[in-house]
Amino acid sequence: MSDTLEHRSAEPAELSADQLLDAYRRMRTIRAFEDRVHEEFATGDIPGFVHLYAGEEASAVGICMHLDDGDTIASTHRGHGHCIAKGVDPKPMMAEIFGRRTGTCHGKGGSMHIADLSKGMLGANGIVGAGAPLACGRALAAKLAGNGEVCVVFFGDGASNQGTTLEALNLASVWQLPVIFVAENNGYAETTASSWSVAADNIADRADGFGMPGVIVDGFDFFAVWEVAREAVTRARRGDGPTLMEVKLTRYYGHFEGDQQTYRGDEVERARRDFDCLKWFRTRVTTNGMLDAAALDTIDAEAAALIDDAVAEARSAPLPGREDLETDVYATY
Amino acid sequence: MARKISYRQAINEALVQEMERDENVIVLGEDNAGGEGAPGERDAWGGVLGVTKGLYERFPGRVLDTPISESAFVGAAIGAATAGKRPVVELMFIDFMGVCFDQIYNQAAKFRYMFGGNAITPVVIRTMYGAGLRAAAQHSQALYSVFTHIPGLKVVLPATPYDAKGLLIQAIRDNDPVIFCEHKALYDTVGDVPVESYAIPFGEASIVRSGGDVSIVALGRMVAVASEAATELAGAGVDAEVIDLRTTSPMDTDTVLESVEKTGRLVVVDEAPPRCNIATDVAALVASQGFEHLQAPVQMVTAPHTPVPFSAALEDLYIPDPSRVVAAVKLAMEKGS
Repeated sequence: MSDTLEHRSAEPAELSADQLLDAYRRMRTIRAFEDRVHEEFATGDIPGFVHLYAGEEASAVGICMHLDDGDTIASTHRGHGHCIAKGVDPKPMMAEIFGRRTGTCHGKGGSMHIADLSKGMLGANGIVGAGAPLACGRALAAKLAGNGEVCVVFFGDGASNQGTTLEALNLASVWQLPVIFVAENNGYAETTASSWSVAADNIADRADGFGMPGVIVDGFDFFAVWEVAREAVTRARRGDGPTLMEVKLTRYYGHFEGDQQTYRGDEVERARRDFDCLKWFRTRVTTNGMLDAAALDTIDAEAAALIDDAVAEARSAPLPGREDLETDVYATY
Repeated sequence: MARKISYRQAINEALVQEMERDENVIVLGEDNAGGEGAPGERDAWGGVLGVTKGLYERFPGRVLDTPISESAFVGAAIGAATAGKRPVVELMFIDFMGVCFDQIYNQAAKFRYMFGGNAITPVVIRTMYGAGLRAAAQHSQALYSVFTHIPGLKVVLPATPYDAKGLLIQAIRDNDPVIFCEHKALYDTVGDVPVESYAIPFGEASIVRSGGDVSIVALGRMVAVASEAATELAGAGVDAEVIDLRTTSPMDTDTVLESVEKTGRLVVVDEAPPRCNIATDVAALVASQGFEHLQAPVQMVTAPHTPVPFSAALEDLYIPDPSRVVAAVKLAMEKGS
């Protein structure tokens, strides 16, 4: 066992009321978005592969709360939450998932490839482990420019076993790059348990071998994620190099929509009941009087209305056409 | 005795029969059983689209789930092949070749030749390719021409359940590394498949439909597209011959050349983008070795030179369809006549 750092959970009072409301809004919007995509997928109107982030909201938001517009994130196939946490507009995201011309990528990318470079969201990614090397490049550019920007790469427990990820961890440390590696360990690479596939007690333990701090974080506790991310981002901005955060959490839905999750037994029900970052957040901020429940209820209603609008607009938006097929390439034959 | 089963079942049956015949045959890949280390059902998936379902219980210890580490487990399959095993390793999507390509093209493909004929590498890499499932740019490509380019690899693209079974059995028995390309949109197609075991030799194209007016060469899912076009053309008085290449390496050049000698016209249908693909390869073959028989320029029906788009509205335009094949055949019939 390495000296993987234990961490404290921040006190809600370390954030302003506005910050708390912002954090809750982002998390609630993600949850509403994902629950609704789940329902819409069941109608058969959403094509392709869709991987939902519900249950993991505290990770994306706890980290992205520390990022500015110039900072960037690289995401995964389970990327909707990262997008919303980084400020991408849910409406064109929904349109993209429905394959519409008004989508973030004009219908050419889909759920697995949503990107909004104007928000520093470098793209969801269909290739497990592809994000980490790209994040190193983005961070190298920031370091060379000396602009203090950082890049966060989110990846899963599955990707933690990819050579690309391991090579990127080493390179980031060798070059002292301003990268924050965020291993979102939701327990499963598709159906395969991370307790089996990761041959270390914790993914964070591997940080030792790459000469960087490794920290395990409770992914159901927004304030824990926020606290650890604050340290990691500060360290990266200061020029002190990368950090590996392992955020332990769960996913409520299957690997992708359609996965019946028979390999998980009854743990999903228990997770929904006992491990809900939104419920925990609400309890903590209302118990200590930082926020009143009515303000949070208002956000719940506003998020639901936003997603209603997003779906309605996506459904009525035009599809791309033949004139779009061969655009955005440098040459056609 | 034949009965109707799906392309998916045909592949599964080939694996079962070869695993029963030869204990050196092992199966490995991501979620090939599913549920390793998890509290619930084991063999939960049988591969992401259920192709290897049931093997885990039937062949204890010979069906291995893997971490998401393609370089490691594809490389391990190749290594095991050099040690006498006959691994069938699954590269879930052909698009993922990028994260393990060195093990395939610099290692497996090279051993026999580079070691002066002293090594064999009897590994089968099963992989899913092709567009049509709205799986977007990184899960939909038709990358078989990349593998076809590499000496030392054999490349197989079954178009029917019958061929899927017979070609996979041949692949497992073959002493060279085989890239076995399964079209994801074909898994639920159904056809006559014998119960008993049989092997289809590599490098033998199948003449799916005989005809005298034009040769349509196709592969993989495009065989059905070409056949549908041929049926429509027959109604318009054009008698098309449809050839399924079945394997692109080795490729049955004789059957293609003999057909063009008979018909004088060639249309090639390939789901890959238009540059350096199987269509250009077949066109070059006929241009260099059968030019005197051509009465019209070769027509190629391919995907456009773009990544595979996500939106159904675009993907349906991307994939070659029978109407485009019909149009290409009509062009070939007009020119030179």
